[in-house]
Amino acid sequence: MSRDRDRRDATTLVRPGSKAAWEERVLEPALKKKPERDVAFTTVSDLPIDRLYTAEDLEGWDAGRDLGLPGEPPYTRGLHPTMYRGRLWTMRQFAGFGSAEDTNQRFHYLLEHGQTGLSTAFDLPTLMGRDSGDALAEGEVGREGVAIDTLEDMETLFRGIPLGEVSTSMTINAPAFVLLAMYLAVAEKQGVPIERLEGTIQNDILKEYIAQKEWIYPPAPSMRLITDMIAFCTERVPKWNTISISGYHIREAGSTAVQELAFTLADGLAYVEAARARGLDVDRIAPRLSFFFNSHIDFFEEVAKFRAARRMWCRFMQERYGAKDPRSWMLRTHAQTAGCSLTAQQPVNNVVRVTLQALAAVLGGTQSLHTNSLDETLALPSEDSVRIALRTQQIVAEESGVTNTVDPLAGSYFVEALTNRMEAEALELIRRIDAMGGMVAAIEEGFPQREIAEAAYRYQRQIDSGEKTLVGVNRYTEGNGPPPALLRIGHDVETAQKARLAAVRARRDAKQHAASLERMASAARGTEPLMPFVLDAVRAYASVQEICDALKPAFGIYREGRVQL
Amino acid sequence: MSTAATSGVRLLVGKVGLDGHDRGAKIIARALRDAGFEVIYTGLHQTPEMVVSTALQEDVDGIGLSILSGAHLTLFPRILSLLRERGGDDIVVFGGGIIPDEDALQLKEAGVRAVFTPGTATGEVIDWVRTNVPSRPR
Repeated sequence: MSRDRDRRDATTLVRPGSKAAWEERVLEPALKKKPERDVAFTTVSDLPIDRLYTAEDLEGWDAGRDLGLPGEPPYTRGLHPTMYRGRLWTMRQFAGFGSAEDTNQRFHYLLEHGQTGLSTAFDLPTLMGRDSGDALAEGEVGREGVAIDTLEDMETLFRGIPLGEVSTSMTINAPAFVLLAMYLAVAEKQGVPIERLEGTIQNDILKEYIAQKEWIYPPAPSMRLITDMIAFCTERVPKWNTISISGYHIREAGSTAVQELAFTLADGLAYVEAARARGLDVDRIAPRLSFFFNSHIDFFEEVAKFRAARRMWCRFMQERYGAKDPRSWMLRTHAQTAGCSLTAQQPVNNVVRVTLQALAAVLGGTQSLHTNSLDETLALPSEDSVRIALRTQQIVAEESGVTNTVDPLAGSYFVEALTNRMEAEALELIRRIDAMGGMVAAIEEGFPQREIAEAAYRYQRQIDSGEKTLVGVNRYTEGNGPPPALLRIGHDVETAQKARLAAVRARRDAKQHAASLERMASAARGTEPLMPFVLDAVRAYASVQEICDALKPAFGIYREGRVQL
Repeated sequence: MSTAATSGVRLLVGKVGLDGHDRGAKIIARALRDAGFEVIYTGLHQTPEMVVSTALQEDVDGIGLSILSGAHLTLFPRILSLLRERGGDDIVVFGGGIIPDEDALQLKEAGVRAVFTPGTATGEVIDWVRTNVPSRPR
């Protein structure tokens, strides 16, 4: 900005009605009387924000080319011509805890309260491809999500829920191929043709190496599993979203908004490249890729991020890959409010944070939304706090009036200038990743991991020094109030889950089970598509860990390189 | 920041169990290092046995564990009992994470010396370590 101004001062007169004229005539006297509150104003991600945005900040910006109209490329204004006038976003609260039975009850509860899609959280052992009886699973079974060991648990999880009529999201990555196979097998048992199934599996291993750190195999075999799943779903489960390319965890790990945007899109590009390398046409696979962004506390930065993401993805698909199908150009996204922005101190304040964040996601044009619960920094959310979180979305949707018109912030000098700026900075990061040979290579070099750790540390220092405010934590700290009633997961969940697994093991057909694992392991050593073999193993009630372990001889295991502090 | 008070104090900062949330652990490890402590960071997915072995091998004075998975009531007591078994019971154990108040009390009774929850300033942890983790005779 200041460089632009210098150039202008040097070469032109101060035009009447220009920002420079206003600064001279109106601003400077005002500042002399009363200086601003701070010397620098920045976003939560440290992006400097100017005092005032005018048309001058949009020089070179072309509304026809860069903004367009809703439902048209580059989709800056949203994917659909009517947006929320036509259909509200999907209110999708992520849920999962304890046993499959417990979570099944929570699913029924949420559907009865007006939720429109299911979203499954798995416990850590499941996320890491381990059974409830594994030594490392001790103390973790059913704590952060639902414990799933075999197809039997999955049958219980979706009991009484007609899979042909709901859309289901499953947050699972390294063992995604196993859980998808289990879901398909449950549908078969319910008599629902898998062609009809709708839903999303997260299946985004790259952000695991970058941020969430729940991995099993090294990147190359992991990418093979993902392309296998993409190929299988393209043929057999055409309405299934094969990857939810996730910035959420990148942001939670401490990235800035620009890093979240850049690393997520770079991950998306890596998946497209991998599928193309396998001979899949971009227009066959890209329409089933979906995204998942964080909606953090800095309101306009978040709105700009969602808008920039759509525009950038559209251009990548058109320009880099020559995609012809408009569905390939559209970045469809889920959003979740920022767990890491919530505080354990004065937890009721979190409702207000979540409201702002939900509003940012909606004004950013999200397709679905999870709102966090006020007690999440203390424990898994209780039923009461989950209801408040869902009600928050319903108030934004049905009381606030923000859904009455499409993309109400378009044309704001500030929002458009910030959208441009985020795009430019994210493109620069993507250029650096491209120069390293793409995201897989960048991960192996530790580049995104380092950038995020650096940003997280910088932010913590700003909180510690009071440079950035966190209400209830470093300012306005009086009045913590009584702690909310928390959801407790007893140790009995683990004991019961181990017993269920043992019972399945005793009951299943041992021969069929062993043979199915054998066939799958042997296919993994070659280049055959694996999904049919995985389905067979799942149908034979092989457990998550048995399946994951059977592939380790062919695939190897991933270990994080030395972490530099 | 005086390094005199911290000189010679060695700390192990660790992630134990399957929990991959390492943002807090890495921030604390770095802040402690920047405050003048010698810090060893274990990396992810350590078993209690691995943490205790590293702590004894590296002859540390304190172990700081970060657990956000809800498994704290299993993992902390396991580490404390392994330390007792293997002669490391003078190593100060502290930690942090998503830990409800009543669990923190239970952990303190079991021998965890301090439990820090989300929102703790790094300075508070540094001050606490300075006061409560002495350099052990080597």
